[in-house]
Amino acid sequence: MRETDVMVIGGGPAGLSAAAEAASFGCDVTLVESDLALGGQLIKQTHKFFGSKDERAGTRGFKISELLLEELSGYGNVKTYTNCTATGYYPEDGVVTCVRAEDEYFKIKPKKIVMATGAQERLIPFPNNHLPGVYGAGAVQTLMNVYGVKPGDKVLMVGAGNIGLIVSYQLIQAGVQVAGIVEAMDKVGGYWVHAAKVRRLGVPIYLRHTIVEAIGEQYVTGAVIQEIDERFQPQGERKSLDVDIICMAVGLSPTCELLWQAGCEMVFVPELCGYVAQRDRNMRTSHKDIWVAGDAAGIEEASSAMVEGRIAGVSTARALGRGTHE
Amino acid sequence: MKLIEEHPILDFKHGKRVTFSFDGRQLEGYEGEPIAAALHANGVKVYRETPVRKQPRGFFCAIGKCSSCFMVVDGVPNVRTCITPLKEGMHVETQRGKGVIPAITDKGKR
Repeated sequence: MRETDVMVIGGGPAGLSAAAEAASFGCDVTLVESDLALGGQLIKQTHKFFGSKDERAGTRGFKISELLLEELSGYGNVKTYTNCTATGYYPEDGVVTCVRAEDEYFKIKPKKIVMATGAQERLIPFPNNHLPGVYGAGAVQTLMNVYGVKPGDKVLMVGAGNIGLIVSYQLIQAGVQVAGIVEAMDKVGGYWVHAAKVRRLGVPIYLRHTIVEAIGEQYVTGAVIQEIDERFQPQGERKSLDVDIICMAVGLSPTCELLWQAGCEMVFVPELCGYVAQRDRNMRTSHKDIWVAGDAAGIEEASSAMVEGRIAGVSTARALGRGTHE
Repeated sequence: MKLIEEHPILDFKHGKRVTFSFDGRQLEGYEGEPIAAALHANGVKVYRETPVRKQPRGFFCAIGKCSSCFMVVDGVPNVRTCITPLKEGMHVETQRGKGVIPAITDKGKR
């Protein structure tokens, strides 16, 4: 069985930051990532970040990922595994089981763990929402921005938060037509600057509208949208759109199965988009050997994920008696 | 393949072009990229059929979390094709129902 000081589960902005920070204090770090590449959602983000210059505002997401990987490559004490999923945590002995690709199983016994497992896309109920062609916004970004595959010819975007607006703009950059954006609320949820960019390109934003049906037998060939009243009930005329992709940008839920399994104290926080682990200001959960960081700790965005990762990384090092740089 | 040819920000670097089969058809894709992405580029959208209601399922989350893209790959069912890299000569099949897990021989290999 492999042993390590700090195991980081998830190689997105939070996990990479935690790993770099713990490694900088001399900890032996093992990071596992289920995707084929490190970087998490950053590798598909072509837009420039907002906020503070200290947190890389003005830099494109995929560039931030390159910077984090460059930082990490400077440490000889970090081992990373991609295409490797942490499948379980065993509280009796603190062992984490992993599967690499689909058939190589192994165990790791870490002294401390940082859970940076990210989030998963939400779906809303409507007839035929199971049809191929109804894709999460992150999935659409993966296809077009990571692998250069055109997701479809014409898209209906559901949700006018930052993700819905930014991905609509990116779809246009990839040569895909955006038939419209529907938003259940009576105003745009994302930044005005992102909304203005898509509006200038002629994309209609239908406020107080939702998708009421996906059309198709084997895959999506159209969508029906309708206005909704104050109680979110559809009313008025149904409008049919000729689209082959319905892109869902209706929010994310923290991925926290391993935290539940480890017996961490969990609390429901609507502002953080679901159940999250109770933690202290150093991101340590109620379990003395487990920390949490990034979207797994509550849906925010990559800048805060990186800060949380740094804090968790320092804190694990400190708990191992290595809290100061030499 | 339906690929983005020109992009204002990104410059796509694909690896080696390989051949694989999908339900007996020969298709092309890039080595090391997810099987699901290669299929999508070839216009294939339906990856499996659900066990009870026989409904089509395809790509959805692209991060190995939702189970929508399970397919039979080289005889093994329930493979998360969105995070499984494509290799030359792979046999990819539409999964119907739950799939049958192949027997493991005494050498520990399928």
